[in-house]
Amino acid sequence: MKVFRLSQTELDNMVQGWSQNRRVYRPAAGRQQSTHADCAPGWERVAASTPLTLPPGPSKTSVKTFLFPQPETMQTYTLKSSDPDKGLMKEPQKATEKQIIVGLRPCDARSVKLNNLPFQEDPFYQVNLARTVMVGFTCSAMCATCFCDQMGGSPMGTEGLDIAISQVDGSFIAEVLTPVGEELTAEIRLTPAEDSEINALAERRKNSPQADFAKLDVLKGRDLNTLYKAALWQTLGESCINCGACTFNCPTCYCFDVQDEVVRGQGRRIRYWDSCMFPLYSLHTTGHNPRGQKMQRTRNRFMHKLKYFPERYGLFSCVGCGRCVKDCPVNIDIREVMSDLLAVE
Amino acid sequence: MPTINEKLTEEIRTQAKALLADGTVAAVIGYSRGSLPMTVKPTVVRASEDCGKLVWNSFCVLNLANYLPEVLKSVEPPRGPRDPKPEGPLAKVAVLATGCWSRNIVVQTQEHQVDRDRVVVLGVASRGMVSRRKVEEQFAGREILAVEEFDHDLVIKGADFEEKINRWSVVRDNCQTCTRPDPVLVDVRIGEPASERKNPNPFQQVDKIEEKSSDERWAWFTSEFSTCIRCYACRNACPLCYCPTCFVDDAKPQWVGKSLDAVDTGLFHLLRAYHCAGRCTDCGACESVCPMGINMRMLTKKLNKDVLNLYGMEAGMQPASPLPLTTYATDDPQKFIVTEAKAVKEGE
Ligand code: SF4
Ligand code: SF4
Ligand code: SF4
Repeated sequence: MKVFRLSQTELDNMVQGWSQNRRVYRPAAGRQQSTHADCAPGWERVAASTPLTLPPGPSKTSVKTFLFPQPETMQTYTLKSSDPDKGLMKEPQKATEKQIIVGLRPCDARSVKLNNLPFQEDPFYQVNLARTVMVGFTCSAMCATCFCDQMGGSPMGTEGLDIAISQVDGSFIAEVLTPVGEELTAEIRLTPAEDSEINALAERRKNSPQADFAKLDVLKGRDLNTLYKAALWQTLGESCINCGACTFNCPTCYCFDVQDEVVRGQGRRIRYWDSCMFPLYSLHTTGHNPRGQKMQRTRNRFMHKLKYFPERYGLFSCVGCGRCVKDCPVNIDIREVMSDLLAVE
Repeated sequence: MPTINEKLTEEIRTQAKALLADGTVAAVIGYSRGSLPMTVKPTVVRASEDCGKLVWNSFCVLNLANYLPEVLKSVEPPRGPRDPKPEGPLAKVAVLATGCWSRNIVVQTQEHQVDRDRVVVLGVASRGMVSRRKVEEQFAGREILAVEEFDHDLVIKGADFEEKINRWSVVRDNCQTCTRPDPVLVDVRIGEPASERKNPNPFQQVDKIEEKSSDERWAWFTSEFSTCIRCYACRNACPLCYCPTCFVDDAKPQWVGKSLDAVDTGLFHLLRAYHCAGRCTDCGACESVCPMGINMRMLTKKLNKDVLNLYGMEAGMQPASPLPLTTYATDDPQKFIVTEAKAVKEGE
């Protein structure tokens, strides 16, 4: 593994260098006045003028928007009767252009791997995954809403990243972790880090909060039906307003729905984000809705993340980024839900 | 000396306990402590011994009227959708209400969403709720770990700082311009009544946008709503939005596209605002809950201004008269209606 030391200017130059002939995105600096057509709210294309400094904690919106875009065009068609191809579903050209995401945190990097479990055979996710390069920033400090360590990650973690950048005093240490990362750094003259610096980083990593699977293990051992019937869901469901603030900003929520949109005879079949909090989410064509009540929807969100997903894949579907905790209008806190679940006998 | 809010909290607990203990109500809708600074949890209390968890402070930004229809239903004996209403009086629900929330209860009663006889309003005059966003913006880049509230100041604490700021300076815009902090319905009074506040022009923020040229207004609109993620927290936090299926959710037919197209997002916001015309009390819940910090309240505020200027009405203030948009008078102003003749004339 190559390890380099960069100053702020060298870091900015490197990132801006990439943006000369590639799409490079970063978390938006401050409140956005507009969004790019190719870029979701909360992210912006790297511009020459803004130095790459990040506030502590994860970006406002998660990295999933680059791998699981809102929306993804799956097929296109025309309904014009003059067109001989009328009604034929066509696959749009798959994007192959590389996209470099700079400034994601270890929690978001882990989320990409977690979502890859259900999306393993999903052609759209796989195409996006193959063209995405992730240059992450490790966390020197955890925010009050961060709990990545409790979910199996850690603030200094590098899992899922191509390049991991850690701030050390005034400069940055870049660990190049994959061949793709090497390709990106090969173009530039960089100063290798001193052994002492590498050791200091390793020391810091050792002393940072470590991935802990204790809660996962306990929850795995619990009977699903008992948790499902627990009394806590009633209270939670009563205060939840069933919005999409938690699931849309969550990096590990990956549900979608499919719709056709036709504008002046030109149609596209898109998949767009859905949320188990929405009443239409599980509505059957018969009109029956197995999750017709608010409480059932709230319960599903947590049971999916903390029980169903782990039963199937062995890991929580949550990376502890704390976005849902921060954004929930009624302060439903997944950490409290977890301890309540652990207390269910 | 206890602070004003500590005293109110005590009173709320005592009153709620009494109402539940003697069976006057089956549930009380209030707030309990949140897990983060500047947050509270809307909470339904059903047992008198649980009333100790109720709190009142400057961060009660959600409109509790939003929960009222559902909680009322939850205390009725269970019945199928086609079963007749049970005989005899149904259980009551107590709800905390400030000026705007109480006006929303009036609207809910006018629209037959709520049976006034089944509601016990715990009326509390609002001192203006604090915008968590304003505080966070003031402390951008620094993590707030605790906020202590005093009558006129907030003390903001982090790992390595502690600063005192003036409470009113971070009160939400809607509260700062509000003239009626005192509830219009009061069954049980909490604390002292408040008198009307003077404000020569509560619509200043709207006027500023109206003064712009149409191009600038369009620029404001597109920029303001460009970061909307369509989570619908603004809609769901609103006590006026109770349609079983919202037009944006409907898939058959699909009225509005479902992804992040600017036209679809704009349409959602404009239609939502129009559905609130003459009904919105400017409680600010929508704006407070938006995870993206969008000021969608400007749209409803503009419609509040129009309804006041055109029809002389304010939501929740005229309980006996029909809602402005469900009725008409032959002399209603209609200058804003674009007729074919007018359009032709303007085109000339
Ligand atoms: S948990 Fe919170 S953010 Fe999620 S749907 Fe419920 S109210 Fe909205
Ligand atoms: S559930 Fe909450 S804390 Fe967990 S990954 Fe999603 S947004 Fe982050
Ligand atoms: S709460 Fe904000 S982000 Fe969500 S739909 Fe409303 S304006 Fe958009």
